[in-house]
Amino acid sequence: MTQESALSTPLEVEELETETVPLNVGPQHPSTHGVFRMVVKLQGETVVDLDPVLGYLHRCQEKLAEGRTYLQSIPYTDRLDYVCAMTNNHPYVMAVEKLAGIEVPRRAECIRVIMDELTRIMNHALLVGFLLNDMGAWLTPVQYGLREREKILDLFEMASGSRMMCNYMRFGGVARDLPEGFLPLLQKVVDDFPGFIDDYEHLLTTNEILRSRCKYVGILPPDRAIAYGVTGPVLRASGVAYDVRKVDRYSLYGELDFDIPVGTVGDTYDRYLVRIYEMRQSIRILKQAIERLKETPPGEIQSKVPKTLRPPAGEAYARIESPKGELGFYLVSDGSEKPYRWRVRAPSFVNLTPLAEMCRGHKVADLIIIFGSIDITMAEVDR
Amino acid sequence: MTEEVFRRLEQALPAGAFQEVQENGARVLAPEFLLEAGRYLRDEEGFDYLSNLSGVDWIERGYFEVVYHLYAMRRGERLVRGEASGGPLGPLVLKVRTPREDPRVPSVTSLWPGALWQERETYDMLGIRFEGHPDLRRIYLWDEFEGHPLRKDYRPEES
Repeated sequence: MTQESALSTPLEVEELETETVPLNVGPQHPSTHGVFRMVVKLQGETVVDLDPVLGYLHRCQEKLAEGRTYLQSIPYTDRLDYVCAMTNNHPYVMAVEKLAGIEVPRRAECIRVIMDELTRIMNHALLVGFLLNDMGAWLTPVQYGLREREKILDLFEMASGSRMMCNYMRFGGVARDLPEGFLPLLQKVVDDFPGFIDDYEHLLTTNEILRSRCKYVGILPPDRAIAYGVTGPVLRASGVAYDVRKVDRYSLYGELDFDIPVGTVGDTYDRYLVRIYEMRQSIRILKQAIERLKETPPGEIQSKVPKTLRPPAGEAYARIESPKGELGFYLVSDGSEKPYRWRVRAPSFVNLTPLAEMCRGHKVADLIIIFGSIDITMAEVDR
Repeated sequence: MTEEVFRRLEQALPAGAFQEVQENGARVLAPEFLLEAGRYLRDEEGFDYLSNLSGVDWIERGYFEVVYHLYAMRRGERLVRGEASGGPLGPLVLKVRTPREDPRVPSVTSLWPGALWQERETYDMLGIRFEGHPDLRRIYLWDEFEGHPLRKDYRPEES
């Protein structure tokens, strides 16, 4: 055969064999938000299947807690989702309060709501930055998120003495009252933050690159989301308006006025947008909580609780709407000073269950964005 | 209102399916009726959301307990949207018991896929086998690991 005819012979594509290629992503990978590994099956650039491998950050927290008193376990909850230490304290102390029948003064409830919502806007601001990271806008958007987070960490430091591992809530209240100078600074955050969200939105919400990377990527239909037990912004982006703050009306939330933003498609773009709107709602909640806090007498932040707590034998399940979803604690007491069973229902863990289903059929680059848009902290997934 | 749900459930199941009614309202079911009860609660009573699945080692009583916390998500959603919920929201607490020597419980993954990883975790930590689970492997610990750390009689190698 001459060279000329060889070139003109069309390639018989159907005779070529193709096979799926396994690709290992992680555990050390900048876009995996911690030590998370996925074994991905690829057909060309397309994800055929995916198997998450967990446990690189497993620290036996549930077992550790069984050997400690109830009080000693509060700092351990900080280390579940270290981005949201404050909201991790909350369901744990709620569960113990339920178990032991402890009342919480109103001022402490106001403070808890303020801390919860500050954590939420901090988490969402960071998440949006990291999502852009995953899209290739390396570090600049995160810097803006971190800049805003610093202001909130300053507040946490004033109240609790620590920026990240706050260890602030107690059974029947909080560790100490808000210090002088806290409220003016908080007011400044509340006043300034909407401007920051506007900046974010101006740069991102109608951004052509963000939209083309996120729209219709990783769709999670509402009925699948419910079946998988998905909660938080991921669930609401799928169009299911379920929020523990509205359903359980715990703490002060029953009397506060705020809306629950929901998405329509359930794609990555909706998950981005729901978080932007949730930040705006959190500012609304903060304003109302500050009003209510000012009506309460200073100093009344703790009800009477015995130094060594021995809740009566029984069990309790308490849950809150953490920034990542439903965070629950299931405690079983045998009447001693240590819990018999200490179980964490972690939103990061359960929300990851449908990951394979969400990623199938998408490209490798989309995989990173879908994973990022679920918003997880590996410390909470692995515990 | 959850009491009424349990009353209707009891009527829907054969006699003797409920082994115990606990102080806090939790029901202990015979394991063989777990799937039937789950299907009834999900399809007829609207408990579409399995929030928490966990296990407890009652070593002195000789059994493991698997605990299910169920909520009605679609009803909760109606409440959030400002309508009447039209029924109880949860939590509905179900339990099943299985002997420590050979712990086996039917898997509820066919009803609530949200149990997929939580059952794997409970298997990993307590060694309870969930029959019918499509992929029952350890989830946190490595495959060669021996023992189940959350069991009360578990001792680490060194000690």
